[in-house]
Amino acid sequence: MGTILFELSLIFYFAATIVSIIELFKDKKIISQVMLILVGAGFALHTANIIYRYVVAGHIPITNFHESTSFFSWSIVLIFFILQFRYKVSILCSFIMPVVFVLMLSSSMLSQEIKPLSPVLQSYWLAIHTVVAFLGNAAFALAFGIGTMYLVQEHYVKSKHLGGIFGRLPSLQTLDALNYKLISLGFPLLTLAIITGALWAESAWGSFWRWDPREVWSLTTWFIYAIILHARLVAGWRGKRAAILSILGFLIILTSFLGIKLLRKGLHVFL
Amino acid sequence: MKVFVVGLNHNTADIEVREKLAFNGSRLEEGLIQIKNLPEIEEALILSTCNRVELYANVKDTLRASESIKSFLSEFHGINRVTLDKVLYVQEGVNAVRHIFRVTSSLDSMVIGEPQILGQVKKAFEVALEKKATGILLNRLMKKAISVAKRIRRETRIAENAVSISFAAVELAKKIFTDLSEKVFMLLGAGEMAELAARYLMSSGVKEVIVANRSYERACDLAREFNGRPVKLDDFLREMSHADIVICSTGASNYILVKDQMHKVMKERKQRPVFLIDISVPRNIDPKINDLDNVYLYNIDDLQGIVDSNLFERQKEAERAEKIIEDEIEPFLKWQSSLNSVPTIVALREKAEEIKKEELERLLNRFPDMEERQKRAVEYMASAIINKLIHPPTIALKDDPEDRDLMIAIIKRLYGIDEEEEE
Repeated sequence: MGTILFELSLIFYFAATIVSIIELFKDKKIISQVMLILVGAGFALHTANIIYRYVVAGHIPITNFHESTSFFSWSIVLIFFILQFRYKVSILCSFIMPVVFVLMLSSSMLSQEIKPLSPVLQSYWLAIHTVVAFLGNAAFALAFGIGTMYLVQEHYVKSKHLGGIFGRLPSLQTLDALNYKLISLGFPLLTLAIITGALWAESAWGSFWRWDPREVWSLTTWFIYAIILHARLVAGWRGKRAAILSILGFLIILTSFLGIKLLRKGLHVFL
Repeated sequence: MKVFVVGLNHNTADIEVREKLAFNGSRLEEGLIQIKNLPEIEEALILSTCNRVELYANVKDTLRASESIKSFLSEFHGINRVTLDKVLYVQEGVNAVRHIFRVTSSLDSMVIGEPQILGQVKKAFEVALEKKATGILLNRLMKKAISVAKRIRRETRIAENAVSISFAAVELAKKIFTDLSEKVFMLLGAGEMAELAARYLMSSGVKEVIVANRSYERACDLAREFNGRPVKLDDFLREMSHADIVICSTGASNYILVKDQMHKVMKERKQRPVFLIDISVPRNIDPKINDLDNVYLYNIDDLQGIVDSNLFERQKEAERAEKIIEDEIEPFLKWQSSLNSVPTIVALREKAEEIKKEELERLLNRFPDMEERQKRAVEYMASAIINKLIHPPTIALKDDPEDRDLMIAIIKRLYGIDEEEEE
C-alpha cells in the first residue's frame, strides 16, 4: 500500500517534470494548469504515503535514506505550493521539479521496508531535528530554483535579447526578494537543526559535536548561507551574486546529502 | 442586401485629407442621419478615427450607393470630388466583411495590434445604434467583428509586445522592478524624446521625480509639470544614488557618466539595481557601465531593437489572425444569405394561410348549419393540405445554399409572390 502510493506519486511527479519542461518552450495557460494539477496529485499521494508510514511505524517516517529523501522532496513541493499560492510563480516548477524528481527516483531505488527503530533513534529529538533540517534544506532548494530563474532573467535583461521566457519570468527585484525570503527562512531552520542535532548527539552519544561528515557539511552550508545573508546586509551583495551563491549553497547541500550516503560513514548512517 | 464600405485610411490619405474628412463630435451624428436618409442606403455606420474615416452601409445597388455616398462626403465636408476619388476605397460583399473584421482586429492599423481601434469601433457602433442607423445586417456584422477581434486577441499574441520605444522602456522597467510606484525616477536633460518617455513612465506611476538640466530654469519648469524636484546638472551624480530609473538625453557631446562614477554610485546604493536609459545621440552614458552588476543600461538602438523584434513577432501573429478572419467570414456570409430566403418563406406561408382563410370562409358561408366538430375537421384538413404543400419549398429555401437565389426567384414566380408587397 505504502509502496503503491509512493510509486504513483513518483509517476505523477515524473509526468509533471516532463510537462514543466515543455512549459518552458510553449507558453500556453493550459500547460501550466496541467502541470500544477500533476504536481498537486503527486503531492497528495506523496502526503498519503508519508501518513501511511507514520501510522504503520508509529513514529515520524524519516529514519532511513528512502524516507529522508522522500521527505526532503515532499518539503520542497510543500514550500513550492506555499510560494505558488502567495506569488503565482508556476514557472518555478520547471526549475525545481527536475530536482524533486531526481530525489524521488533515488529514493525509490532504496529499500522501502519499514523496520523497527534502532534504540539510538528512539527520541523526541528525531521528529524535531529531522523535520526542521529538511524544511530548511527545502527552502534552500527553492532558493536554488529562484536563483536560477534570476540568472536566466538577468541574462535576458543584460544581453538585451528579450525572447524565450523573459515575458513569463517575474521581475528581477521580485526574484531577488523571494531568494532573500527563502534564505531567511532556511537559515534559522538550519541553525535550529544543527542545535537540536547537537543536543540529541549529547543525549545519545554523550558529546555535542564529533566532526562526523554530515556535521561538517552542515556547518559548511551554514557558513555559506551566513555569508550570503551577511554580504547582502552589509555589502549589498544582492541580485546576481546572491543568486549564484544560493545556487552554489544548494549544490553543496545536494552533494553532501547524496555523497555522504555513498560513503556510508559516520553517525548518520541511518540517513 | 449587401455589406458595403467606402473609406480612406492612413495608407491612402495624408493627415491633411483625413482631418478634413473626419466626423468629429456632433458632426458624426449629423452625418450619420444624413447618410441614413439617402434613398440608396438602408443601414449606415460611420467609423471616424485619426487614422481612418469609413462609412459602412447595407445597400441594394452598390454602384448607385457608392455614387451617392461619395457625393454626400464631398458636400458634407466641402471637398472636391477629384481629391476625394483619389483617396477613397470601396469594398463590397465578402471583401467589405473581411475589411471590417481586419480593421476591428487591428490588422489594418498603422501599428498592427494597437489596442485602441476595438474601442473606437465599439463606440461607432454605439452611436449608430443610438441613432437607429443600423439594422439587422450591420448589427450582426458589427457584433461579429467585435467578437472576432476579441477572439484574435485571445488566441494570438498580436497585441502582446511593446512596439514603441517609450512603451518598451516601461515594460523593461517592470521586468527589473516589482513595483514602479515605489521607485525614484530621474530625468537627465530635457530632450523631446526624453520628455515623451518620461511622460509615459510617469503615467504608470512612480514615487518621486528628480529633474536635472543644464538650464536650471528649464529643470524647474519640467519639475513643476511632473510634480518633481529640480536639481542642477552638476549635482546629478549626488542624486543618482536615490534614482532607480534614469532617462538621459542632455545633448552633451561626450559621456557625462562613466564607469568609475557609476561604480561609486552603486556602492552608495548598496547595489540596489538601477535602470539607465540613454536616448541621447551621441550617447551620454559610457556603454561600459552595462558591465557593472545590477546596472542595466539601454540606449536608443537597444530599445529600437526590442521594438523591431516585437513588430516582427506581431507580423507573424498577424498571419495567424488573418486565418481566423477567413474562418469567421464564411459563417457570417451563410447567415446573411439565409436572411434573404426568410422573407420569401414568410411570404409563401402568408399566401397559403390567406388562401386557406378565404376558402374556409366561403365553405362555412355555404353550409351555415355545420356542427362545431365538423367545422374543426374541415379546418384541420385545410391546414394539413397547405402545410404539406408548402413544406418542400420551405425546406428547399432553407437548405440549399448553392442555388438559393435561383430557388427564391422560382418560388416567387410560381406562387405569384410580389416582391414589393413583402417589404
